[in-house]
Amino acid sequence: MEKAIKRYLPIFVLPTLIAFTVGFIAPFIVGIYLSFCKFTTITDAKVIGFSNYAKVFQDDTFVHSLWYTTLFTIITMVLINFLAFVVALALTKKIRGSYLFRTIFFMPNLIGGIVLGYIWSLLLNGILAYWSKTLTYNATYGFWGMVILLLWQQIGYMMIIYIAGIQNIPGELIEAAKIDGATKWQQLRYVTLPMLRSSITVCTFLTLTNGFKMFDQNLALTNGEPSEKSELLAMNIYTTFYGRPGWEGVGQAKAVIFFLIVGAVALTQNYLSRRKEVQQ
Amino acid sequence: MKNVKRFAALGMTAAMAVTALAGCGAASSSAGGATSAGAQSTTTKAAASTTKAASGSTASSAGKVYYLNFKPEQADQWVALAKKYTEETGVQVNVQTAASGTYEQTLKSEMAKSEAPTLFQVNGPVGLANWKDYCLDLKDTDVYKDLQSDDYALKDTDGSIKGIAYVIETYGIIYNKGLLGKYCQLDGAKIKDASEITSFDKLKEVADDIQAKKDALGVEGAFTSAGFDSSSDWRFKTHLANLPIYYEYKAENETSTAAIKGTYLDNFKKVFDMYITDATCEPTLLSGKTGDDAASEFALGEAVFYQNGTWAYNDIKGNEVADDDLGMLPIFFGVDDAKQGLCTGSENYWCINSKASADDIQATKDFLKWVVESDEGRKSLSTDMGFVTPFKTFSDYLPANPLVKAANEYNKDKTPVSWNFTTMPSEQWKNDLGSAMLEYAQGTGEWDAVKTAFVDGWAAEYKAAKS
Repeated sequence: MEKAIKRYLPIFVLPTLIAFTVGFIAPFIVGIYLSFCKFTTITDAKVIGFSNYAKVFQDDTFVHSLWYTTLFTIITMVLINFLAFVVALALTKKIRGSYLFRTIFFMPNLIGGIVLGYIWSLLLNGILAYWSKTLTYNATYGFWGMVILLLWQQIGYMMIIYIAGIQNIPGELIEAAKIDGATKWQQLRYVTLPMLRSSITVCTFLTLTNGFKMFDQNLALTNGEPSEKSELLAMNIYTTFYGRPGWEGVGQAKAVIFFLIVGAVALTQNYLSRRKEVQQ
Repeated sequence: MKNVKRFAALGMTAAMAVTALAGCGAASSSAGGATSAGAQSTTTKAAASTTKAASGSTASSAGKVYYLNFKPEQADQWVALAKKYTEETGVQVNVQTAASGTYEQTLKSEMAKSEAPTLFQVNGPVGLANWKDYCLDLKDTDVYKDLQSDDYALKDTDGSIKGIAYVIETYGIIYNKGLLGKYCQLDGAKIKDASEITSFDKLKEVADDIQAKKDALGVEGAFTSAGFDSSSDWRFKTHLANLPIYYEYKAENETSTAAIKGTYLDNFKKVFDMYITDATCEPTLLSGKTGDDAASEFALGEAVFYQNGTWAYNDIKGNEVADDDLGMLPIFFGVDDAKQGLCTGSENYWCINSKASADDIQATKDFLKWVVESDEGRKSLSTDMGFVTPFKTFSDYLPANPLVKAANEYNKDKTPVSWNFTTMPSEQWKNDLGSAMLEYAQGTGEWDAVKTAFVDGWAAEYKAAKS
């Protein structure tokens, strides 16, 4: 058995590996190379060393979007997980139409970010028009607009993961807790939550990286307006690359720094929340 | 088991993180930028259409033409013209149009493809600086020989011909003669005839009065919304900002500068103040207003004045405003109003991609020759697209565009304002200026920030562009 698996390993792995190399690894390496270059189109790059990286931190918009994104990520991560968990708890109780509700909550996730952003910009601008404001009036409006959008989009997805987790908890654990006289709250606190650790790991990981990498919703909802103040990191990289002639390399350098940040944050998160997982 | 899970999680983390970076790299290599960028403005991304070569007909050469068009207003006409050319010669011509305000980024991603545009355009000396390595010397081409004067060719520092202007345009303040005539009939109107508006002060007086009497006149405001969406902000950060630059260059007797002084910024402020106070909408709504919003406000007769150029005709025709009611005034600036004409110039230069294959270059040259010399091409450019061109071959082909007529009439005994915004140091300068203007307009910023963006920003960006 073991041998057979080894023999067929290349056949099963190769297609994915090739796709992964072409789609991710090669662009990734080219991307790192380009961050050390000056270029107009990526086919005529000239190596210039580290000066792109020096420019990154002289660029106020990058520093601004860095903390703006951090704040955004923290807020959406906490809110999405909390709300998704609450909804999941509610929809695993025996209530009428819970399957219908699950489907409805999950649906926003099936719509692309650009479309969502456009719909929400119409909705929110329509509401803000009562006060003669628009989403792009200042960066705070855009910030909360994006938070609302992302919550609406992602709660359903995380909810599904939590529901799966909750349904996986063996009935006898809850039953034993009940017999021992645990209250509803104690059941939740000492049985359900610890048993959901691995779901929490996955969900926090996904919301964390999604928040950091969010691009299309940002583009469609505020497009960084006003004055590039509502730009998240990914969008800042994009506008640097495409919006400023001569700054393509700087945009690429930002992308490399972005990669390091997202990688470091995600690994740390993974390490921290894995430690507390319960093995079944 | 635990280890396997941990390993899987690590792998997943790495994969996700790599995706983050590859996402950016991939956008540039696969040139997905064009499509994703299109979503940021509400303007149409013209359907890109490939016209198939008529099989087996008189295929003269193996070359193909790929034209990356700058003007969304004329997207459909270019596609139709390309189709005609293909039917006639069998040469494949592909026309794509970048969404409004996204030409540079579309060009950048398209140029990195193996099937790069063979024909593209730059907007003047500053745009050329970025693309000159890709521009073929057009000295020996027929289109260059057809030019009325060398002034319409874009030259590099070494004197080679890198770009050829193909359209001359004029902008100013478009007004609705019908509505303005109606205003003159009102009690206590400041003027009795549109021709009395000959200075900024008069225009301002009239605009203020129209704004006050907008209900009696049945309009929403004197001026259309000065929207700062990317489909509209260039009307102010580029076109309106041309005037202080024009007058300063004139006063200093120069054609470009490393450091602008901003002598005429007070006039600039007065005009801009008029645009945002005597308007169809609250200034706090400007950040979301698009170019389409302004065009439709004017076309539906909700506003009397509309700062834009002759190219806007395609967007406003066929609505409430009759062609006979279209008039044009200069953007009075309070400096030399009696002599100042409308702003006339070009920021549309054709360039041929020097890195394309020899066959494709030849095909592109032939296509351009056909466009400016054949009856079909000349008819399409002048009548369908409404262009005034700088080519000798067009003497019998004048556009039917009423805005062009109105502009020519006004400019007859005036000095046209030249287009100096092609010397603005960078796109970034314009963006910074636009942001500062928006913040000032909606009340979240001071006018001083506009001055800083204009004067200090110029020096900084000029230096950055030269380094």
